Amino acid sequence: MAPEGAGSSAAGPEVVGRGIESGARMFREWFDELTRVANAGGGAAYVFVIGSFNEILQSFDMPVTFPEMNSLQTAIRRVSSDYLTMAEDYGYSSDVCGYVKADLALQLKGGAHPMGRVPKPSMAVLTNGCNTYIKWAEIWERLYGIPVVTIDIPGTRSPASKSQPGSEDFAFEQRYVLGQIKELIAVCEYVTKKKFDIDKFREVLSYANEMSLSWQRVVELNQNRPAVYNAMTDGTVFLGVANAFRGTKEGAVYFADLVEEMEYRVRHGIGVLRKTENGMVPVDQKFRLSLVGTPCYPIFRRFDDMFAKFGGIFVYSSYMSFGSGGTCAGYTYDLDRPLESFAATQLLMSRDAMDSMFHQALVLEQTAGKFAIDGVIFHPIKSCRTVSTGMADQRRYVTERLGLPTLILESDFMDPQVISEAQMKNRVDAFFEGLISRRHQSAA
Amino acid sequence: MKYAGGVDVGSTQTKAVIIDKKKKIVGRCLIDTGGDVTRAAENAFSQALMDEGIDRSEVGYVVGTGYGRYKVTFGDRQVTEISCHGRGAAHMFPGTRTVLDMGGQDTKAIKVLPSGEIQDFCMNDKCAAGTGRFLGAAAKALDIPLSELGEIALKSGKPVRISTTCTVFAEAEVLSWLGKGKKVEDILWGVHQSIAARSFGLLVRVGINDEITFTGGVAKNVGMIKAMEDKLRRKLNVSDDSHFMGALGAALFALDSIISEETSGRVTGKEREIA
Repeated sequence: MAPEGAGSSAAGPEVVGRGIESGARMFREWFDELTRVANAGGGAAYVFVIGSFNEILQSFDMPVTFPEMNSLQTAIRRVSSDYLTMAEDYGYSSDVCGYVKADLALQLKGGAHPMGRVPKPSMAVLTNGCNTYIKWAEIWERLYGIPVVTIDIPGTRSPASKSQPGSEDFAFEQRYVLGQIKELIAVCEYVTKKKFDIDKFREVLSYANEMSLSWQRVVELNQNRPAVYNAMTDGTVFLGVANAFRGTKEGAVYFADLVEEMEYRVRHGIGVLRKTENGMVPVDQKFRLSLVGTPCYPIFRRFDDMFAKFGGIFVYSSYMSFGSGGTCAGYTYDLDRPLESFAATQLLMSRDAMDSMFHQALVLEQTAGKFAIDGVIFHPIKSCRTVSTGMADQRRYVTERLGLPTLILESDFMDPQVISEAQMKNRVDAFFEGLISRRHQSAA
Repeated sequence: MKYAGGVDVGSTQTKAVIIDKKKKIVGRCLIDTGGDVTRAAENAFSQALMDEGIDRSEVGYVVGTGYGRYKVTFGDRQVTEISCHGRGAAHMFPGTRTVLDMGGQDTKAIKVLPSGEIQDFCMNDKCAAGTGRFLGAAAKALDIPLSELGEIALKSGKPVRISTTCTVFAEAEVLSWLGKGKKVEDILWGVHQSIAARSFGLLVRVGINDEITFTGGVAKNVGMIKAMEDKLRRKLNVSDDSHFMGALGAALFALDSIISEETSGRVTGKEREIA
């Protein structure tokens, strides 16, 4: 089944694979630039994926770095143990979030990172999207004495009682966020010695709008059979660009190109491809899966292989939402009221991102049918109580109310010491034995 | 072909079962796995055949299961022990809807359909608390053979409360209770209750549905049966062959393949086609 309006551009087969190649290249170049800034003694704004407020920072031309992404890159590049051990030797408990510990070690190493060098912070911006953000930023505050702006995103954890646009409550909450954004702008002006430029900001918002709409379209296009990308592996590249290049021309072009590629693949039935000795071959797509939680970065490819072996393909992932700060939901800014609209939209996106962590069952309820999900993989991790707490309840709801087979795999996204591959593999094998059996029963 | 075989290579013991076409166990063997997993599988299978003087050529299909299932080099197919315990338990006790399998390093709660197929399952996480290894640590600390633990524990009048969930630290806690003058049976019953509490949590996660069948090597421990029944407030199905349940399930899957071959001319079942 092809999603509606799969486009009709003049794109040719050369677009296939472009999203991953360009994304990886852009990410390397972005890191090279951060390395250049660090080596020149410059600083960068430290921001987080849920509520980065990158649009404000971009309008000041500030170099921006995402400590979460720096840390996960140490795991993907299989050196996270070195960083974690260093932080633990320094005195941090093994129970502290792996992202925090890897970042602390990074600071102790003077910014040395497997992709280059991370500048010291010039300031930090964070929200209450993750409670760890607040304690994490305090470390930089103590180490460097930098200004830290904490933006409180109001809202309840109960989805039904959230204020909605148009209501008095929402207007109040919007004003509350807007007031904090104005404080952020004042800090940016102090740090950069530049005045806030509303026209530059409007231009940034315009690019961000293009990115949001394209990103939403990319997510939607994976409803296609065959799935046109792997939401866990490829999706991680996409959300990296969505964060790092938020509000930039390069980001807008990247996502427009990505839509073009994915629409081309949908029109021509080109699913996910895998590199082999015989060239690129389509991966088997017998079971469409949804991932709840983060990938398992220390064994990133092998984790996916456990599912791919049985023809399991991740067609949707809650990580694409909370990992990109809710920017994949397609919210856009009103350029005629840039600051007011920015406040309202940040409120909506951050709440969405948090909902995708706390109310996964509701998200699954909305997506399971559209994406024709055959099974759901819950991946609670030792490092993150925020994303993992409540997964057992969500899983029970999904199993009982949606009737979907589920699997819980416990590990971590940073620390190889708590990843038991043999046990994980055994559970995945058993999960697929159940899925296969279930399919036979349905067929019978 | 007259027979089907199942070999369950576990972390501590390897079990082999031979069944005939009426699904009756005609040969069985249990040995320590040791360091050479492949040899353990081979030896267990050979001895199970020798039980009834069955020639190897009479066994049409062999399924390997357990952690060492890929080391059953003579096996035709591998199936996880989760599926195999479910299948074996439902065969032995047809009313089974929940299976508690307690092995050397894993405890699994498995929800099964009447056919024995898996509906859902939960396992202990990476830590071995709540598994047979926990009992092993206590046995080592007290210098008591594993096979006697349950009987001794049942003599307890005032069990101690074991607070650690770590198998490694369990040994130290047992010694500390001994140092405080607690009776061996009270310490052991505390250990059994601690394991039962953790296993109960797994069962709750998959949903406790009657009948519950207790399988795995630890199901041979009378103290553990009592501790689980107390915790669950209901009787458990326990077979004399509880520790062979995984191998039995594997043999039943092997028999499916033989029947499938005979009826359709294909060597493998539908599952193999898909997997």
